[in-house]
Amino acid sequence: MPPDPSAAPLTLFEKVWRTHVVTPETEETPAVLYVDMHLVHEVTSPQAFAELDARGLKVRRPDKTYATLDHSTPTLPPDENGERPYVTAEAKAQVAALERNCAAHGVTLAGWDSADRGIVHVMGPELGLTHPGSLIVCGDSHTATHGAFGALAFGIGTSEVGHVLATQCLLQRKPKTLRVNIINSLQSGVSAKDMALSVIAALGFGGGTGFVIEYAGEAVRALDMEGRMTLCNMTIETGARAGMVAPDQTTIAWLRVRRHAPQGTAFEAKAAEWLNLVSDEGAVFDKEIHLDAATMAPMATWGTTPDMSAPIGAPTPTPRSQADERALTYMRFEPGGQARDHTVDIVFVGSCTNGRISDLRAAAALLRGRKIKEGVRMLVAPGSEAVRREAEAEGLDRIFTEAGAEWRLPGCSMCIAMNGDVVPPGALAVSTSNRNFEGRQGKGARTILASPASAAAAAVAGYLVDPRTLTEAAHV
Amino acid sequence: MSEPFRALTSRTIVLPQESIDTDQIIPARFLTTTSRDGLGAKAFFDWRYDITGAPKPEFALNIVDPTEHRILVAGANFGCGSSREHAPWALADYGFRAVISTSIADIFTSNALKNGLLPIEVDAETHAALLERPGYKITIDLERCELRFANLAPVSFRVEPFARRCLLDGVDTLGWLLDRSAAIAAYEHKRGLGT
Ligand code: SF4
Repeated sequence: MPPDPSAAPLTLFEKVWRTHVVTPETEETPAVLYVDMHLVHEVTSPQAFAELDARGLKVRRPDKTYATLDHSTPTLPPDENGERPYVTAEAKAQVAALERNCAAHGVTLAGWDSADRGIVHVMGPELGLTHPGSLIVCGDSHTATHGAFGALAFGIGTSEVGHVLATQCLLQRKPKTLRVNIINSLQSGVSAKDMALSVIAALGFGGGTGFVIEYAGEAVRALDMEGRMTLCNMTIETGARAGMVAPDQTTIAWLRVRRHAPQGTAFEAKAAEWLNLVSDEGAVFDKEIHLDAATMAPMATWGTTPDMSAPIGAPTPTPRSQADERALTYMRFEPGGQARDHTVDIVFVGSCTNGRISDLRAAAALLRGRKIKEGVRMLVAPGSEAVRREAEAEGLDRIFTEAGAEWRLPGCSMCIAMNGDVVPPGALAVSTSNRNFEGRQGKGARTILASPASAAAAAVAGYLVDPRTLTEAAHV
Repeated sequence: MSEPFRALTSRTIVLPQESIDTDQIIPARFLTTTSRDGLGAKAFFDWRYDITGAPKPEFALNIVDPTEHRILVAGANFGCGSSREHAPWALADYGFRAVISTSIADIFTSNALKNGLLPIEVDAETHAALLERPGYKITIDLERCELRFANLAPVSFRVEPFARRCLLDGVDTLGWLLDRSAAIAAYEHKRGLGT
């Protein structure tokens, strides 16, 4: 007799996938999957709402749809007439379109006047909208962030945003599974961002295409929820659409105090269920890799894709491919060059990768009692209104402004540079965001990706430096 | 919904760079639009135009007539980066109907297929041959899932079967999903999700 398939050990991914199958995959058609939460923002939704309107359709589950304004929103306050400094009339119209669409379809919008507004992947988890074992989508590739809670979360295109708005469902082929095991512990002063960049360097840009990644191992377990979000967030830079971490007591503790999490005894019952969302002993992955956290160091990118990175302090590498050569030319870096040869013009702390309170604390810890180097412009954009309130209550905003940085309103800001916060052509930026593509932060902008501590250290020194050298100096 | 796609014979434009990301295909500052239309003029904007806005004379898209060059041959890992459907909208609006590479990013593939832009992954050898021959004439036969060339042996390719049917027959995916309403309601009932 063949073994009972229901008894076969399952991966975390498989457990979550199964629960969401409305109709199973066949040779001819993909599976129809049910979406538990659909996050919406102004950039990738207008054409989807227009499609619904053209067909006379309604949003099927406004109660499972949650919208925010983040990408094209200015991070400077309104003027004395209450006018917000939108970069263009089109950006203003895009925000107005989402306000109109949400009102017409009964979708909750964390708009300008909402204390909940934030970058979509910062806001969802902090409100407790992100639950373990749920299926979450958003018209945004960094939806992978929510996998930190053991959710299956991935980005979709605008046509699919329309599908989910109208049917709460999505057509999907089942991806393959890849487990990234990270043993040992990170050295002190090495962050989740450094871990993420190390994973991407190991897998290669595109090396995760076709997979869902599960992050496992003691180094992942040791991360707090914010660190896990940073790690899962950058999964898409490997080409994998989703990254997941199995829920544990860290997850439960984080969720217990969230507004949209179940309350009271319902929470305890759910928590017990969530803790079963682990890959079973003996579960088979299509691929596995092993990494050692103890060997990881503060990382920075030197090229124009997120896998082109090296420990801070290492000389610029010798190109191994045409892509490397092209990247070095664009970045104006010489093989063998040293970080101190490259004067940093701009430092950006923020984004859905590193715009949470712990990220701002890490950057502020480096800046306390210091000034940023003359000639460097530093911008800090909290990931959400909640992060902004918390940071201001702790006095982090004053540490930033006293050091010479600009303290902005929440939003994507310089991560995508579509709201007017741009890196000028040719300027060199150290950014805590997730993409260093050519022109990502503005036409001709040269981007180095690094952690909040490394970014703050670069602001102080005026060039890239291992942040541990500054913290150690302060402790002598 | 896009027009059905059965077969296409056209010439190639070659962009050999690896990992051409969605920020190159359509820079983020053009994403404030609320329309799907007109993005072809912005496709590869920062590669096409210099800082003054003048077209760069050496860039492939500035040299040829797009109506006769409807197939893009690009380096590996094409379309990586963001989920913006503006990327295939821009390429399709420019005039492309197919992209050929050794590997094409997942979300881009899914988005492209919904917009009548056919992503085709080929083996390294075929890819190398195509990279060397800008302007090469190719016939893409979606019914037989085959690429045919003047001087090379035909090459077969794979397209996800449902997406292929949608392209061939002009099936409306959203309409297809809406037809599953009963199954969706039954699922909601089974999980106690209300309706
Ligand atoms: S912060 Fe950057 S990566 Fe995150 S949602 Fe905004 S634009 Fe996308």
